[in-house]
Amino acid sequence: MKFLTTNFVRCPISKCDNSLKAFPLQYKNCELIQEELEFNPEFLANILDRLNWEAIIAVAGDLGNDSLPPTKPENVDPKDPENEQLLKDLHTLLIETQITEGEMHCGECGHIYYIKSSIPNFLLPPHLV
Amino acid sequence: MSRPEQLAPPEVFYNEDESQKYTASTRVQHIQAKMTFRALELLNLSPTEHFILDIGCGSGLSGEILTEEGYQWVGMDISPSMLAVALNREVEGDLFLSDMGTGIPFRPGTFDAAISISAIQWLCNADTANNDPKTRLKRFFNTLYGSLKRGGKFVAQFYPANDEQLTSITSAAKVAGFGGGVVIDDQDSKKNKKYYLVLTAGQAENQVNLNGVDMKGTERPGKKLTRKQKKDEETKKTYIMRKKELNRRRGKHVANDSKFTGRTRRPKF
Ligand SMILES: C[S@@+](CC[C@H](N)C(=O)[O-])C[C@H]1O[C@@H](n2cnc3c(N)ncnc32)[C@H](O)[C@@H]1O
Ligand SMILES: [Zn+2]
Repeated sequence: MKFLTTNFVRCPISKCDNSLKAFPLQYKNCELIQEELEFNPEFLANILDRLNWEAIIAVAGDLGNDSLPPTKPENVDPKDPENEQLLKDLHTLLIETQITEGEMHCGECGHIYYIKSSIPNFLLPPHLV
Repeated sequence: MSRPEQLAPPEVFYNEDESQKYTASTRVQHIQAKMTFRALELLNLSPTEHFILDIGCGSGLSGEILTEEGYQWVGMDISPSMLAVALNREVEGDLFLSDMGTGIPFRPGTFDAAISISAIQWLCNADTANNDPKTRLKRFFNTLYGSLKRGGKFVAQFYPANDEQLTSITSAAKVAGFGGGVVIDDQDSKKNKKYYLVLTAGQAENQVNLNGVDMKGTERPGKKLTRKQKKDEETKKTYIMRKKELNRRRGKHVANDSKFTGRTRRPKF
């Protein structure tokens, strides 16, 4: 699972629907890999608006990276060569950093979702449906 | 021939054997690709929209086309075997083991659009004692609506078993707040007839592409297209052909050409 996805995935259990603690999930015991993938500056500039930067920082912290800038870069024009390094850094973090094994904990209900072979398991046991 | 939905729950039907057979079949590959292209045509995304959810993504046949078109995508599927095949084929999208009937696990406004190819009819199944189709359809459409950005769109090709299923699907979508309807391609051909649910979550900047589709009128199978409609479709088709030709030259896997004429569609709600 790409780091990017951690910025969107939340606990799907219905009693957590309105909880602010069901996102972001807390990441524990994770194994990471870097996978080289195609650089798409337009996508990154476009998705930036949608990112919750606090959650980016929280999850990066869970995964052992405490060196991200405290505020989100704004108004990034992908065509401006000055932004190339920034977008490349975002690419490395969001797209190429992937979680292959690990746990995601819901801060509201405490349910643990497991990531195995890069695939997070969100199947719910019948009593939580 | 009985429908897969009648044989077993999806994660049982799509076991290791079936998942491999399904994915290896060139017939399946072609038809899934063709329907994915058609779904994208109906979605009519603007060039800046990139983040897409593929519901019931299976082994990634539909997702691969999203990658070819330059989209980032996340796929969810209930069958571990299908996802294992997708992993082996090294698809680029993120894969989730997840049951669409228990909710879409993403925060509000995550996706520009969602597609689903040959999957949502499974929601109408009552496989186990606690699978109530009505509750599952409701949960599915409500959480899908939330996970799309305002103006986000959803196109799903599906195989309704009967009119009742068609109605329960469209009414659950409507109750969740979606606008839109059902487009039927090749209505007169028993074999090729295809249903597409075409929905918008709030007002879209780029409307879904319903060229030649009359959403309000009654069924008019033999309806002649106006000159303008013909022209619109011509350009769309030429455009797709040109893109496909380009991809072919790049050595990519491209679906066979076909004839998505804007024929015979029926309004729904
Ligand atoms: C015919 S396959 C289509 C796969 C892919 N979209 C394609 O075009 O090749 C249908 C898929 O829907 C999945 N499916 C069925 N019920 C589901 C559910 N409740 N949640 C998620 N996926 C489901 C099945 O596991 C299967 O992989
Ligand atoms: Zn929870």
